Amino acid sequence: MKISMTVNGREMSGEAEGRTLMSDFLRNTLKLTGTHVGCDTSQCGSCVIHVADRAVKSCTMFAAEADGACVKTIEGMANDDGSLGTIQQAFQDHHGLQCGFCTAGMVMSADALLKENPSPSESEIRDYLEGNICRCTGYHNIVKAIMAASGQDVENIAA
Amino acid sequence: MPADGGIGAATIRREDVRFLTGTGKYTDDINIHGQAHVHFLRSEIAHGKIKGLDKASAEQMPGVLKIFTSDDFAEVGGLPCGWQVTDRHGEAMQEPAHPILASGKVRHVGEPIAAVVAESREQAQDAAEAISVDIEELPAVVDMPGALEDSAPKVHDDLTSNLCYDWGFVEENREAVDEAIRNAAHVTTLELRNNRLVANPMEPRVAVGDYTSASGDSTLYTTSQNPHVIRLLMGAFVLGIPEHKLRVVAPDVGGGFGAKIFHYAEEAFCTFAAKNLGRAVKWTSTRSEAFMSDAHGRDHVTKIDLALDAENNFTAIRTETHANMGAYLSTFAPSVPTWLHGTLMAGNYKTPLVYVNVKAVFTNTVPVDAYRGAGRPEATFQLERVIDKAARELGADPIALRRQNFITEFPYATPVALEYDTGNYVATMDRLEDMADLAGFESRLAESRERGMLRGLGVNCYIEACGIAPSSLVGQLGARAGLYESATVRVNATGGLVVMTGSHSHGQGHETAFPQVVADMLGIDAGMVEVVHGDTANTPMGMGTYGSRSLAVGGSALVRATEKIISKAKRIAAHLMEASEADIELGGGQFSVAGTDKSVAWGDVCLAAYVPHNYPLEDLEPGLEETAFYDPSNFTYPAGAYACEVEVDPETGKVSIERFSAADDFGNVVNPMIVEGQVHGGLAQGIGQALLEDCVYDENGQLLTGSYMDYAMPRADDVPFYAVDHSCQTPCTHNPLGVKGCGEAGAIGSPPAVVNAVIDALQRAGHDVEHIDMPVSPSRVWHAMQG
Repeated sequence: MKISMTVNGREMSGEAEGRTLMSDFLRNTLKLTGTHVGCDTSQCGSCVIHVADRAVKSCTMFAAEADGACVKTIEGMANDDGSLGTIQQAFQDHHGLQCGFCTAGMVMSADALLKENPSPSESEIRDYLEGNICRCTGYHNIVKAIMAASGQDVENIAA
Repeated sequence: MPADGGIGAATIRREDVRFLTGTGKYTDDINIHGQAHVHFLRSEIAHGKIKGLDKASAEQMPGVLKIFTSDDFAEVGGLPCGWQVTDRHGEAMQEPAHPILASGKVRHVGEPIAAVVAESREQAQDAAEAISVDIEELPAVVDMPGALEDSAPKVHDDLTSNLCYDWGFVEENREAVDEAIRNAAHVTTLELRNNRLVANPMEPRVAVGDYTSASGDSTLYTTSQNPHVIRLLMGAFVLGIPEHKLRVVAPDVGGGFGAKIFHYAEEAFCTFAAKNLGRAVKWTSTRSEAFMSDAHGRDHVTKIDLALDAENNFTAIRTETHANMGAYLSTFAPSVPTWLHGTLMAGNYKTPLVYVNVKAVFTNTVPVDAYRGAGRPEATFQLERVIDKAARELGADPIALRRQNFITEFPYATPVALEYDTGNYVATMDRLEDMADLAGFESRLAESRERGMLRGLGVNCYIEACGIAPSSLVGQLGARAGLYESATVRVNATGGLVVMTGSHSHGQGHETAFPQVVADMLGIDAGMVEVVHGDTANTPMGMGTYGSRSLAVGGSALVRATEKIISKAKRIAAHLMEASEADIELGGGQFSVAGTDKSVAWGDVCLAAYVPHNYPLEDLEPGLEETAFYDPSNFTYPAGAYACEVEVDPETGKVSIERFSAADDFGNVVNPMIVEGQVHGGLAQGIGQALLEDCVYDENGQLLTGSYMDYAMPRADDVPFYAVDHSCQTPCTHNPLGVKGCGEAGAIGSPPAVVNAVIDALQRAGHDVEHIDMPVSPSRVWHAMQG
């Protein structure tokens, strides 16, 4: 079947089977490979995208479910001039990524969190990231980056 | 220091931009025109005889190109093992064949039996489900000491038993150690298990094989930490492809932690099938497949004795370990419980006598190999746990007992073959006591008690041997490889540089840190230096990244190559300025003649090298490109002291990490931001091992923890902000950067700190608990508290 959606502000469409997962549709059909798949049980969060302004795990929905929807992926998170967005820049400034594989999901989750809660505490961030696994950073600099992106002073957080 | 950061600058990472914008290029992002997809039919049975396999109906399924079984690999070698261990009787280890696809028997759940190649991944999977395999199930062996009983089923019928090797180290010390323990004033004994772990880099493994019939060249794109090693092993030992006809590319790799060092069957399969079918063949692991096909880590069962004299000086250490190899020998598996473990049993302490016995055992489980730390966490855990137990038995302060036994003079030759070149364990412990505010523990304890919580403090030290390693030494120890590293520095005519390194970055930030080294040496902007890695077609032969070796070994090769560049550039500059080469100085991006105001810019020298109109052609070749191979003369010895404070909920047994402090000595540091990030990540993996992670098999060899639903990965709310410090620096004495390596420290040093803290909390609350095996789960703690 033909599936159409608005992805990062652009109309896009492609063929999908009924069983085609949204993550596979983005990666294989629309060639948007910034969204990653790190597990098959909806646990790791590498595949988090926004559908109709809600953070969802794209490995856990069918492409057909997003037909006609507004979708945002990591490829749409930079500023219009191509510079890094606030959250992306905070991740770079605070070394919130190492191998980069979970990063798309972390940024998309962080963006959803900050829309809900513009100034989250450390524990609120840790709690919110329960569905995003990172194996490299030990989370320290991810939490720090999200606090910094929300405008909080992170100078006093130990190295 | 150059404007954008030389050695010592916390330069933000340039590679982050592509990862943060979704434009990285991981192996699964690579698709080759006309590629087919493979799905592996894997054994659901731990041990059994393959009596028949019917693939006829599956072959008729839509999109199926070919179904491969072991018969298709009759002319192909099996997966090689890269390290041979000689046992304590002088015998070579038992080394079973390791087929690409199961042949005759299946020996662990997840072992590939057949490979279905089809037009799409889904079609391959559908067809695999239509294959009928008749397997006669045999009793499985999972338990390690049990595997060595005469009545145990044999994993490999052609071996004499399930014993891979019985290793003694140092064998000549065996009787002296026994005697020292018999005569000791006090002996503390501890039996423990170092839990089996799954490395779990977030990117599952992927392999794409391609073949160009016009040239006869094969290419493998793979998620590897060491593409040259894969090229060598797969080309020479498995498929018989000469290295000049085989290219291995490891592009952006999403974490490794050891599990992506090894050469796997799926890599060989995709390369083989691409040539066989004339189509590129791609395999993308699911996480479920990863749990049963990536090499696992740890899985030791150990008894350790620590002997002390009447003044509490350590006099002898004796250990007896069973190490699980799994069903086959993974690439470097035999080295982990032996040379990467036994040699570290002296720790940070001057114990005159050490004897380590390791029995490596085959079982019907996934092969076990190096995982972050590899042998060193196992050594550190048992040593630092038994010291804590000894302190309690003797009524000694655990920190004072450690301090009393510290090695304080360097170089220090341990009784287990290593020579520590430098260190200062007193300084790191001093730093730890300060940064962890150990003096304030009592007040935090009181505050926890007011809330009804138990609180405990665990402190320990660690040392590791990194920067693996001198080739001549590891050759004597059984390595079937050299362990040098390489770098080519190419200066372009317009002054920019490309560094081609044999190291591989899969999160470590080489693309940022390596230019810092070059920029510092040349006095130019780091932005003028680009790093190329991960492709055997455009990098010199290198051994890759593991064992915290990239900067210590690969960085040293980079320094050597850059020194050659400087030397040649000075000769060109001397010619251009009509001065003596000995008078040429390099600084601030220009060459000058000492004692004069004559200078020539870096860029002008580079241009002259490639446009040699005014150039000493009779003495000097044009061009400016140099390669160096660096083989270290010793390991490096990072060391440190860690402190963990936990709270234990007496109602549930749940442990929470309240504070974690790490004082490390990594020698010199090139990029402190990256170093701290490495420690953070190591700490989370060590805390994960201590509290959460456990790879569990049932008695039939069924993997019970085969997904993130059952294998507890540390998440953001399981760990605190860490306090890390690397201000105690005793530079490595034998490499040009004075660096030691930082990648594994956190994972090595943290498990004993956590467990020591939990035991401390329980004992302070009056519970007579001496040890709890990892992971220290709520149920284990709760049961321990119930006595």
